[in-house]
Amino acid sequence: MIVTGKDRVLIQGITGKQGTFWTERMAEYGTRIVGGVNPKKPGITHCDVPVYASAKDAMKQTPFDVSVLFIPPLGCKAAALDAIEAGAKGLCILTEHIPVQDVMYIMAAAKDNGTRILGPNTAGQVTPGEAFVGFMPAFDKEIFKPGDVGVVSRSGSLGTLLCLNLVQAGYGESAFIGIGGDPIIGTTTLDALKALDGDSRTKKIVLVGEIGGAMEEAAAEYAATMNKPIFAFIAGQASPPGKKMGHAGAIVMGDRGTYASKASALSEAGVTVLNTPSEIGAALASA
Amino acid sequence: MNFEEHAGKPLLAQALIPIPRGRVARTPGEACAVAGELGEVIIKAQVPAGKRGKAGGIKPADSIAEAETVAAAILGMEIGGHTVEKLLVEERAPIAAEYYAAILNDPVTKGPLAMFSAEGGMDIEEIAEKHPAALKQHAIDVRKGFSKADAAAMVKGTGVDETTVAEILIRLYDAYIANDAELLEINPLAKLEDGRVVALDCKFVMDDSAIKRHTDTADYGTPDKLTALEQRGKDLDLKFIELDGDIGVLANGAGLTMTTMDVVSHYGGKPANFLEIGGEAYTRATPALKLVLDNPGVKALVVNFCGAFARTDVMTEGVINALKELKPKVPAFFSVHGTGSVEARSMLKEQMNIDPYPTMDDAIQAAIKHARGAP
Repeated sequence: MIVTGKDRVLIQGITGKQGTFWTERMAEYGTRIVGGVNPKKPGITHCDVPVYASAKDAMKQTPFDVSVLFIPPLGCKAAALDAIEAGAKGLCILTEHIPVQDVMYIMAAAKDNGTRILGPNTAGQVTPGEAFVGFMPAFDKEIFKPGDVGVVSRSGSLGTLLCLNLVQAGYGESAFIGIGGDPIIGTTTLDALKALDGDSRTKKIVLVGEIGGAMEEAAAEYAATMNKPIFAFIAGQASPPGKKMGHAGAIVMGDRGTYASKASALSEAGVTVLNTPSEIGAALASA
Repeated sequence: MNFEEHAGKPLLAQALIPIPRGRVARTPGEACAVAGELGEVIIKAQVPAGKRGKAGGIKPADSIAEAETVAAAILGMEIGGHTVEKLLVEERAPIAAEYYAAILNDPVTKGPLAMFSAEGGMDIEEIAEKHPAALKQHAIDVRKGFSKADAAAMVKGTGVDETTVAEILIRLYDAYIANDAELLEINPLAKLEDGRVVALDCKFVMDDSAIKRHTDTADYGTPDKLTALEQRGKDLDLKFIELDGDIGVLANGAGLTMTTMDVVSHYGGKPANFLEIGGEAYTRATPALKLVLDNPGVKALVVNFCGAFARTDVMTEGVINALKELKPKVPAFFSVHGTGSVEARSMLKEQMNIDPYPTMDDAIQAAIKHARGAP
């Protein structure tokens, strides 16, 4: 679940503008990039790594553990299946607006092959001082520094803000897990919470949720059994119902997916629910 | 994207699920013409909202004269915030039993979920509450599909004509797949007194992310009701939602934008809009800011950037260009952090003589204070 400096990382879509920019950032930071994929450009070297026609070809030549997809929405199903069938242990799917039936197909294949999926529509994952995958500003010292707070977030931008606030307050992160803003995602709030619970470096946890779905409610039951203190901020209290608030998953339908439902489930589980992200420093200090 | 009943039912018919004969009417005269062909009819308001029956938008008519009266009464009604402009006039036959059938995207099993209940005719929440044992569910592996055996097992022991209903469930799944539905629901699925099983209603929601695969079908969907500013946002491919407050909001990323609205509310202010320029939209700060400022209710503007993928220097440059061009009377209150923020802050200082606030809370409180003091 948590990417380390040992994981060998493949980049599908490495030659694109964003693929190139973020591959360079990941490599500079210490992520072990071993190869890339572009079906039209096998044999070239890009960002100092070999480019293959497929993830399956890459696996034969330079085996990898995790693949990161910088792929347009309608190409993701084929690219993800390629990596899953190649034997990837994990996939980080950054793309937003992948048709949900394609996502469900990817999830079913991943389950059969034991592949972990992060996303879709995630900003990625950071292990400060070690490695990151995706497009998070891991290298920004105002936002990420090694510490003992594990952060789980559906949103990249809001997760970044919470990280900024906790670093400003003198804390650091053991891991940042962006799980993604889509309605159907591979790693849920509960999955990420369990991973952080089992991570020896993580002593405190920040959950960044938002309206829509029932993932926070599902995580609350498990949170109640944990010894590590948990702090949560749920975005969307002031959002009108019935509208998709930017993320496909962030929508209140009738009485489902509301702020009140999530905040009360988490509070009852002993989680400290914050009014604004800026309260995180004081909250961590009081734990 | 939502589809009204009359636009969803043809998709069921394409999958060979029986539907009543009927046509759309826009005037009482048109309703009479359809009633003249079909005899006893049911006249149904076509709006993208539930509980049409309870609102008085679904009524029978036994003669051409009655069809005219009923159609005239329903046209123009307000149901769920929508004015009724269209009717579906369908043949009517005596009903023996009402069932519920649906296929939907399920975030828990991460695949399609088939649902069936021999107790139908009420909404699914009510069925789940009143007849939980009657609600049958089956999680489908989207790679393998929905087999006859799966469907037969679902309906077994529910007291319905198992072969007929199982076949309809399979066809419903076919229509769900063929049209990238996130929800395809028949409620009620009716057993008529003559023994036929017919879809009397259809709720179809197409996955917005799949619309580009179904541009022909999507033409029959109901576009979201948008304000003029929201329509401009849509044309620019920006996610803009107009609200009734006075604090304009410009932020990057869905989560941060929602949070900016939340914090405005937390300090007693009212947000005027949702507008995020994260993702690929981060290069379009200039047209985005114009949208926010063209809302006449805005008295103060909060610009809240926390860069990850989106670079705050690029977004800030766009905002500065827009401010120079528009010269708004409304002041802007900035909070800028994350990727590119050092460059962004120095640009603001040099070009606009603006110092961003240390935190978003500070920027928001200052904006609210200004809005309250403003005439």
